Amino acid sequence: MKRLKNFLFLLAAAPVVAFAAGATVHLDKAPVNLTDQDSLQRGARMFVNYCLNCHSAGSMRYSRLQDIGLTEEQIKDNLLFAGEKPGETMKVGMSKADGKAWFGATPPDLSVIARSRGADWLYTYLRSFYRDDSRATGWNNTVFDKVGMPHVMWGLQGEMAPVHKKVGEHEVIERLELVKPGSVTLAEYDAMVGDLVNYLVWMGEPAQVQRKQLGLIVLIFLAVFFVVAYYLKKEFWKDIH
Amino acid sequence: MSALQKMMGWIDDRFPLTATYKAHLSEYYAPKNFNFWYFFGSLALLVLVIQIVTGIFLTMNYKPDAELAFTSVEYIMRDVDWGWLIRYMHSTGASMFFVVVYLHMFRGLMYGSYRKPRELIWIFGVLIYLALMAEAFLGYLLPWGQMSFWGAQVIVNLFAAVPFIGEDLSIWIRGDYVISDATLNRFFAFHVIALPLVLIALVAVHLVALHEVGSNNPDGVEIKKHKDPVTHIPLDGIPFHPYYTVKDIVGVIVFLMVFSAILFFAPEMGGYFLEAANFVPADPLKTPEHIAPLWYFTPFYAILRAVPPLFGSQFPGVVAMGLSIVLMFFLPWLDRSKVKSIRYRGPIYKIMLALFIVSFIGLGYLGLLPSTPVATIFAQVFSVIYFLFFLLMPWYTSIDKTKPEPERVTG
Repeated sequence: MKRLKNFLFLLAAAPVVAFAAGATVHLDKAPVNLTDQDSLQRGARMFVNYCLNCHSAGSMRYSRLQDIGLTEEQIKDNLLFAGEKPGETMKVGMSKADGKAWFGATPPDLSVIARSRGADWLYTYLRSFYRDDSRATGWNNTVFDKVGMPHVMWGLQGEMAPVHKKVGEHEVIERLELVKPGSVTLAEYDAMVGDLVNYLVWMGEPAQVQRKQLGLIVLIFLAVFFVVAYYLKKEFWKDIH
Repeated sequence: MSALQKMMGWIDDRFPLTATYKAHLSEYYAPKNFNFWYFFGSLALLVLVIQIVTGIFLTMNYKPDAELAFTSVEYIMRDVDWGWLIRYMHSTGASMFFVVVYLHMFRGLMYGSYRKPRELIWIFGVLIYLALMAEAFLGYLLPWGQMSFWGAQVIVNLFAAVPFIGEDLSIWIRGDYVISDATLNRFFAFHVIALPLVLIALVAVHLVALHEVGSNNPDGVEIKKHKDPVTHIPLDGIPFHPYYTVKDIVGVIVFLMVFSAILFFAPEMGGYFLEAANFVPADPLKTPEHIAPLWYFTPFYAILRAVPPLFGSQFPGVVAMGLSIVLMFFLPWLDRSKVKSIRYRGPIYKIMLALFIVSFIGLGYLGLLPSTPVATIFAQVFSVIYFLFFLLMPWYTSIDKTKPEPERVTG
C-alpha cells in the first residue's frame, strides 16, 4: 500500500516538476459549437475575408462549405473573388518566397491549424495583438511573442496597448487595454473571433460531425450485438463446469 | 454421400483441409479455465487484420513523396470516400495493437506462459513485438508531420551513436544525410511490404508452436497430463471451436466498443494516439520544442535517457535500451520457480512483478515528459528495477516460497 502511495505521489508530482520550467500563457476557452451552422458560416466569411489573403487552406475545397449549410450559388457569389471554381482548394496568390520576405516566415497553411494549435490557443492569440513600435509590422502578441503576423483585424478590434506590472526586477505585461476603439466593441470582436475559431476547428476535420453521428450508431449496434453474443456464449458453455 | 461431403473428400485427398480445421479449431483442446486475460491473443490477431486491410486501402491514396505525403493524408481525410474512417481505424489500430500486445505479454508474465515447454512460443512472441515496434516506427514517418520527421531523426541518430561505424550506419539507414524523400520512400517500402510479411510469418509460427504444445492456463498446470483413457482428449480441455470462438466473439465486441469509442469520439486520444505537432508539415529547419516518441515507445526512450552519456557518446544509453528488450528473450531460463502461475507463487515474485509493472508504466510516463533532473533520477530508479526484475530472477524465484500446484485446473 505504501509502495502504491509513493508511486501515486510521484505521478502527481511529475507534471509539476516538468512544467515548472516553462512559463505558460493563460488561454481563454474558445466557444466551439460545430452544430451552430450560422456561427460556422459567419466564421467562413471571416476566414475568406481576413485570413485567406496570406494564408492558404490547401486541403480545403470551397465546395465542402456546403456541409455547413451554404449552397453552391452562395459560395460562388460571396466567397469566390478571383475566378476560382467551387471544386478548387483554398489557395493564395502570394508565393512562399514573398511571404518569407515580407513577414519573416511563410504564413502557414491553415487547413489543420486548429488541430496543431488547439482552439483555445487560436481564440486567445487572435485577441492578444498589441501595439509595439519596436516590431517591423508595428504589432506584437502576448501569446506569440515577436510574431511575424500583423494585427489583420485591427480595424475591427481597434488598438490595444499593454499594461505592465513589476515582478521582481522585470516588467511583465499584466493585461491589454483598448486605447483606440475599432469598428466593433470588444465583446462583439470576441464573438467574431469565436465564430472564426469555430470555423477553423470545423475546417481542421470537416468529417468530424458525421464521425460522431456514425459513432453513436456503431456503438448502439455493438451494444445490441453484445447482448446476443453474450447469451450465445452462455448457451454454448452451460455444459462446461 | 452428399455433394458437399464429396467435394470435401476431393479436397482432402489433395490438401489437408479437414485435418487442418480439426487440428487448429474443432479438435484443438484448450484449457476450460481461460479468464479475462486470455482474450488478448485473439484480439491481437484481429488488430493485425484491421491494420493490414485498412493499410491496403490507405496505400491506394497515400503518396510516399516528401512534397506530397502530408497533403495526401489530408486528401484521404477529406476527399476519399470513408477515407477518414479508414485512416482513423489505422491510427487507432496502431496504438490499440500495443495496448493489446502489452496486456497479452503481461498475461504471459502472470501465468508463466513462457516456461517449458513454451519457450519458443515466447521467443517468437518477443520477435513479433520487435517487428511490431519497427513497423510502428516506420509507419509513423509516413504522415510526414513534424513529429514524424523529428522522431525519425532522433531514432536514426541512435544508430549514429554506435562507435566507429555509427555515422556511416545512420547515413546508410536514411539514404541521405538527413531524413529526406529517400528515407520516406524506403520506410514506406519496409512499412507496407517487408515488415508485414515478417509479422505474418512470425504470427504463423507463434500459433503453430502454441498448437503443438497446447495453451497454458491461469493455474499453470499441463492439461495434457490427465487425458481420457479412451479418447485421449485432455480431461480439462474443451474444443477451441465452438467454445472459445463463441467466447472470443464477446471479447471482440467489447474490444470493438472501446476501439470505436476512441475512433469516433477521440481519435487523437488527447494527443497520445495522434500528436498535435504532427499536424504541422515536416520542416527540416525547425526543431519542435519537445520531441516525444509515441506512448508505446516511451518506456524504452526513458531508459535511453536515464543512462548518462560516456565521453559525450549516447552509446551506453542505446545499449541499455537494446538490452532491456534482449533480456526478454532469456526469460524462460531466468525463471527457476517450481510453479508457473502467479496463483501458486510466493510473495517475492508477486512483489517483483508489481515493481516491474510500476517501473514500466513509470518509465512510459517519464518518457513522455521533457528531461529534467528530477525526472531523470526517477527514470534511473525505474530502469534499475526494470533490469533487476530480469537479472535477479534466477535468485528470487528459486528462494521464493511457493504453494503446491493443483493436479487439475481449478475453474
